[in-house]
Amino acid sequence: MLQDANAGHYQDDELVPAAEPHAGHAPLDAAAETQADLSAEIEAIGDAYARALKDGAAPETQPRLDFAPYRSSILRHPTKSLHHADPETIELYSPAFGHQDVHALESDLTIQHNGEPLGERIIVQGKVLDGDGRPVAGQLVEIWQANAAGRYIHKRDQHPAPLDPNFTGVGRCITGPDGSYRFSTIKPGAYPWKNHLNAWRPAHIHFSLFGTDFTQRIVTQMYFPGDQLFPLDPIYQSIVDQDARDRLVARYDHELTSPEWALGYNWDIVLSGSKRTWTENEAFGDAGDEE
Amino acid sequence: MGKLTPTPGQTVGPFYGYALPFPKDNELLAPGSAGSIRLQGTVYDGAGEPIPDAILEIWQPDAEGNVVQRTGSLVRDGYTFTGWGRAAVGNSGVFTFTTVNPGPTPPVPGKPAAAPFISVAVFARGLMNRLFTRIYLPENEEALAADPLLSSLDPERRSTLIARRDPDGGLTWDLRLQGANETVFLDFESVEGASQ
Repeated sequence: MLQDANAGHYQDDELVPAAEPHAGHAPLDAAAETQADLSAEIEAIGDAYARALKDGAAPETQPRLDFAPYRSSILRHPTKSLHHADPETIELYSPAFGHQDVHALESDLTIQHNGEPLGERIIVQGKVLDGDGRPVAGQLVEIWQANAAGRYIHKRDQHPAPLDPNFTGVGRCITGPDGSYRFSTIKPGAYPWKNHLNAWRPAHIHFSLFGTDFTQRIVTQMYFPGDQLFPLDPIYQSIVDQDARDRLVARYDHELTSPEWALGYNWDIVLSGSKRTWTENEAFGDAGDEE
Repeated sequence: MGKLTPTPGQTVGPFYGYALPFPKDNELLAPGSAGSIRLQGTVYDGAGEPIPDAILEIWQPDAEGNVVQRTGSLVRDGYTFTGWGRAAVGNSGVFTFTTVNPGPTPPVPGKPAAAPFISVAVFARGLMNRLFTRIYLPENEEALAADPLLSSLDPERRSTLIARRDPDGGLTWDLRLQGANETVFLDFESVEGASQ
């Protein structure tokens, strides 16, 4: 317990007690919409996008904010267009993070407790780049995820899959001079949610990323190749363009796989372009930890 | 080097609560310390209901208008102002930061001086991608009138970006994701004139 590198991360009231068997297994709601209803909606939006592309529309690279198949988005998307702004001074910089902020062991999600977590051990590695291909050095990467059974350590997650006393599912690291990051973790399970009847999220890891400019800040999700749930998932499908969706899917990398230890996945993240005028020093990157 | 296409964002989802918050995440300064103010507000959805599952980040210059590049935001020592903070809203949709009034940043050559503001990134369950906005201080009418962003907005929409000054010296600024008084959200990527 004393080695719990993440002890300060989460708050006591977010931790759930040991699962009671079937405590969260509510009876099926007969009024709930079916996957077929949702899939039909998703397909109609996809078809309309395909027609627009054919008619010369520009490919969409980000999720739609207004994407009704994700029911929680209906009252939570702006209805007015985003307003163009030229970034001003503060927006052209990002907060600085360093090794005062993040301990090296926080990138290994498999060693945060006394025992080994259950599940398939994996390595997730890649680079954070800006839109011009420059590495984003010395910046904070945060991840969180469900355990191998598809359960989050969160009071709102009451689905009756087991918690793993040896897995919290939270990690952090600071990118290297070449923009690289690396996490050791467990492959998360698919996760049921209540968007509609029999709704399941494809296995995913949440990623939070900073660039060199605050305008590059993103939170996203990394998926695993070949997931059969992709066509059914309103969150993944909120990105209507297949090429754009593919950018969220990690690549299995046998070179990265560690013999008799862990499977390797590679995923590079590209942020938007920096709007700052770069000095030579900045372009080479610093560790963000010079103090 | 060719332009790369950015990776799409995705919703922060409902379960960030055990991952993103950290101790003193919303205290850019220790509460009650010299020069500290409270910045508070409520996040509302399109039905005017407060939402309990949003998380905000602020990023701002110090009181003199300097952009700070000091580490230590995640492990605060109580003395170092890093300029960045994070606050998850509570059950009633309310967020609170302890910070300073940002100073006016140096003017960009050839452009009018901008009024002081705090940059904001918003994440929520049900929000597909993060949104950016700004919180301007209500004082200095002249600077507000000259601000390139504010002066490009209708008066009614412009007011969504300007905080109210509380009697105790703090700031109150509410965020509306949708609806009649929807907050102005910003797009830094498109070419001028391409959106709106």
